[in-house]
Amino acid sequence: MEWQILEQYGPMLLRGFGLTIMCWLLGTVFSMALGLLIALAQRHGPTPLRWLLQAYIEVIRGTPFLVQLFVLYYGGPLVGLRLDAVPAGLLGLTIYGSPYFAEIFRSGFRAVPIGQIEAARAIGMPEHVIIRRVLLPVALVSALPALVNFSIILTKETVILSIITVPELMYQVQRMSTETFRYLEANLVLALFFWLLVETISRFGRKLETRITHYLIERP
Amino acid sequence: MVQASSVEIRGVNKFYGPFQALKDIDMSIAPGKVTCLIGPSGSGKSTLLRCINFLEEYDSGEVRIDGQLIGYEAPGRKMSARKLRAMRRSIGMVFQQFNLWPHMTAIQNVTEGLVRVRGMKKPEAEARAAEALNKVGLGDKMGNHPSRLSGGQQQRVAIARAIAMEPRLMLFDEPTSALDPELVGEVLTVMKTLAAEGMTMVVVTHEMGFAAHVADQVAFMEKGELVGMDIPDRILHQPEDPRIQGFLRSYHERNSF
Ligand SMILES: Nc1ncnc2c1ncn2[C@@H]1O[C@H](COP(=O)(O)OP(=O)(O)OP(=O)(O)O)[C@@H](O)[C@H]1O
Ligand SMILES: [Mg+2]
Repeated sequence: MEWQILEQYGPMLLRGFGLTIMCWLLGTVFSMALGLLIALAQRHGPTPLRWLLQAYIEVIRGTPFLVQLFVLYYGGPLVGLRLDAVPAGLLGLTIYGSPYFAEIFRSGFRAVPIGQIEAARAIGMPEHVIIRRVLLPVALVSALPALVNFSIILTKETVILSIITVPELMYQVQRMSTETFRYLEANLVLALFFWLLVETISRFGRKLETRITHYLIERP
Repeated sequence: MVQASSVEIRGVNKFYGPFQALKDIDMSIAPGKVTCLIGPSGSGKSTLLRCINFLEEYDSGEVRIDGQLIGYEAPGRKMSARKLRAMRRSIGMVFQQFNLWPHMTAIQNVTEGLVRVRGMKKPEAEARAAEALNKVGLGDKMGNHPSRLSGGQQQRVAIARAIAMEPRLMLFDEPTSALDPELVGEVLTVMKTLAAEGMTMVVVTHEMGFAAHVADQVAFMEKGELVGMDIPDRILHQPEDPRIQGFLRSYHERNSF
């Protein structure tokens, strides 16, 4: 192996990694937010909206991210949606991730004992306050591991953004590979960076979990 | 003495699909009186209790709190959510499973409604909450989360959460049924104090001792019907209806040794 090659390509790879992190972070935040809105709308919205959202969930979950991204980026301009690669990638990630997050929130909501909601209703608490003060915090405890898990899965979906020329890590790795034929080195760098990212996220996730659930651990 | 509400229940029916859970229930509860609901499992006690604050929607008939219909503007026309919430503010409820909010400490459980529903400032709410917790004997556990409290303590926090809102009517759904026997007393003691202060209370219970000594009237339900309602002595010691006799016989068999 020839690692000297990294002197030349290192900065590029690092920039790519930076963009990967940004795309992952924003993509996760946006798709989680959209997923939460979908789950709430499915819980509180009118029936037709619920059907519509269920159809959305089925369609998005039933198709590969690659295809969705292609349709969005190359098909979008046909209907007047002309986006640069990075915004298109972020929008794609948001759309792709949202139904999974919606399902995670939905099962989190189901895990909230109905009595805790009724206790809030019984003192006359408005529904939107109940959502914010009782439903979400209690649901988060059971949903957190699945939220972290899917966020980790999303890190790996970011490589698909290279297809629509987002210059993230995969894109740079491929460029280095084709320019130098150092496939092995390039892909080892890719693996190392991803391992680093995933490890950081799961550590952070575990920290968050102990923080959020500290009060549930019974200490008689 | 608290300002206490009256409850009037007239011809209330409740269906779950084809199944009729409440059959033409009539009941009057005067201000400051304690009414115990007893009866076998599945007889509709919880359903009736929950109709009083409209957690359960009755299908026909009327439930009036201080003369005001709850849940409906007029027969068949639902009350607005805002109006219903306003009425619920003066009705406290205590559940079998406590239903404290697990992510909040004891005092946070109590202040929550004061701040979010009554619109109190936090320091004022905390003072009021501390007072309520002291009243139920939990002044030293205010910072504990529910998971760090015994069942009896959790139920007393739940009572504090309700009374801090200054209700004029309190509903209890088997408040001691989930408790270990040695913890039942501490909860009943708090309830007796409330009763002595003149709170209107409706209590679903299997604690016949409480019904006998604290209740002003005892109502016996079976299969969705109100079989009988009278002063405790006449229901618990000299019931005429064979259904009540049968229920009490099996109760005594279970509780003797
Ligand atoms: N949501 C529901 N859907 C269908 N049936 C219900 C529902 N809630 C209650 N029921 C039925 O209504 C009847 C009365 O129930 P309820 O909970 O009021 O009984 P209960 O007297 O409180 O019994 P327990 O002592 O076991 O608490 C029961 O037969 C029950 O199965
Ligand atoms: Mg019941």
